Amino acid sequence: MNLSVEDVKRWMHVSNQKIQENKEYLSELDQPIGDGDHGHNLGRGFEEVVKKIEREDYQEIGALMKDVAMTLISKVGGAAGPLYGTAFLKAADEWKGSPTITEELLIQGLEAAVEGLRTRGKADRGEKTLIDVWVPVLDYIQKNDVQPIELKEIAKEGMQSTNGMQAKKGRAAYFREASTAHIDPGAYSSYLLFEALYESVNIEEGAHD
Amino acid sequence: MKKIVNNPENVVDEMLEGIEAVHSHTLKRLPDSNVLVRNEAPVIGKVGLVSGGGSGHEPAHAGFVGENMLDAAVAGEVFTSPTPDQIFKAIKAVDSGNGVLLIVKNYSGDVMNFDMAAEMAEAEGIQTEQVIVKDDTAVAEEEDRRGVAGTIFVHKIVGTAVEEGLNLKEAVELARHTAGNVRSMGVSLKPSIVPASGKPGFTLEADEMEIGTGIHGEPGMERKPLKEANCIAEELLETVLDDLDVTAGEDVAVMTNGQGSTPLMELYIVHRKVAQLLEEKNIHLKHSMVGEYMTSLEMAGCSITVLRLDQTLESYLL
Repeated sequence: MNLSVEDVKRWMHVSNQKIQENKEYLSELDQPIGDGDHGHNLGRGFEEVVKKIEREDYQEIGALMKDVAMTLISKVGGAAGPLYGTAFLKAADEWKGSPTITEELLIQGLEAAVEGLRTRGKADRGEKTLIDVWVPVLDYIQKNDVQPIELKEIAKEGMQSTNGMQAKKGRAAYFREASTAHIDPGAYSSYLLFEALYESVNIEEGAHD
Repeated sequence: MKKIVNNPENVVDEMLEGIEAVHSHTLKRLPDSNVLVRNEAPVIGKVGLVSGGGSGHEPAHAGFVGENMLDAAVAGEVFTSPTPDQIFKAIKAVDSGNGVLLIVKNYSGDVMNFDMAAEMAEAEGIQTEQVIVKDDTAVAEEEDRRGVAGTIFVHKIVGTAVEEGLNLKEAVELARHTAGNVRSMGVSLKPSIVPASGKPGFTLEADEMEIGTGIHGEPGMERKPLKEANCIAEELLETVLDDLDVTAGEDVAVMTNGQGSTPLMELYIVHRKVAQLLEEKNIHLKHSMVGEYMTSLEMAGCSITVLRLDQTLESYLL
């Protein structure tokens, strides 16, 4: 699975579509264990991401991802802004100067992104955060020949695994046992990003047939 | 939802325009930002003081910009931390070359966004330090404690101290010392409603109260039948004094803070009991503050904040 500048642009477009379509649902997930604005905040950010990257003509992935990161950092706020912003910014560093993300670069980018998420959010697996999606996805691509559909399924399992976990990080942690019976909104939005990745490369593969 | 707003998406922007219109003799809004800074900023020779957080806690934090207080306040969306680029703008606007201290309430969003802003400032050669306030005794784990009304004491004490010439290192120590000696505990009677969602953040029965609710409506320690003011004052005060380990003979300052829709009358009734209880315990109430300092939109209820005073803290506070 190699990703060109156009592929990554499409990934961001599809991500935006998914976030917008699920804006209400993401905020609903956030309502009982946060303040019900996750979909709203992320929707505002991704709308700006798409506007920003449409205006620019990128020669390489690093600059594109850096614009994605900086836009999310400045438009989302809350905890989601710095977390997603950091993840994309760390990946952008790894992809600097590369016109294509090869599988090797994908691994390096995701490793850096997960490292960034851990440092920024100080969370680990099992604490009901987006880490529960990103870490299994990273594990999968480190150990396998990447099949986009499998990657999406792994992300989905990770997202679903947060249902039943008690939150240990963020505002959700103040809800203690009451946080258990919900999917983590950050895990769900992360799943949407990986689902968008799968769909954006799948469209392309279809187009080649 | 029944609120006096225009488009709910514009509440923060329109509020900031209003604050600027009222207080233009003291502060100004930086262009294209949600940052309010003192007119004199950067004050030559002085450490800059920046705080901020989600909106909906007015007068926090813009209301505390001015002499002997903050140099800048950064406003986020309602109950949402401001973004690093905004905080960075505030840091740049108040730095006179003596460094900038960020006073942050312990919420994961705030901590992360202020962290990133500090990294941006450091990258541009602006010396930046952060002090995180964790005064909410409703949370057992000290590391996870939220920053609430006690933050205002840190603004005031450190604000006065840096005006009198403390350097950045000394300001950090004083801020930590203040934060280490301040604790709060709240009770809520009615939830707040975020304008964008239009729904209450939680529900309470008509005859119920919740002890220890967070300033965004996060759950507290327990729900129980509403009691009379004297009982509420006693429960909140005892919890805070116990956690802070205040003993007879010590000096304290106490803030009885309204959460948004509780009348001053009720706050005075609570504070009356606080003063009586302290006197019975032979704890000296040197300074009282009663009013709205750290609100949660239209949440009903109050919080009690106790600051243990020593000579240093007292000299800057009073």
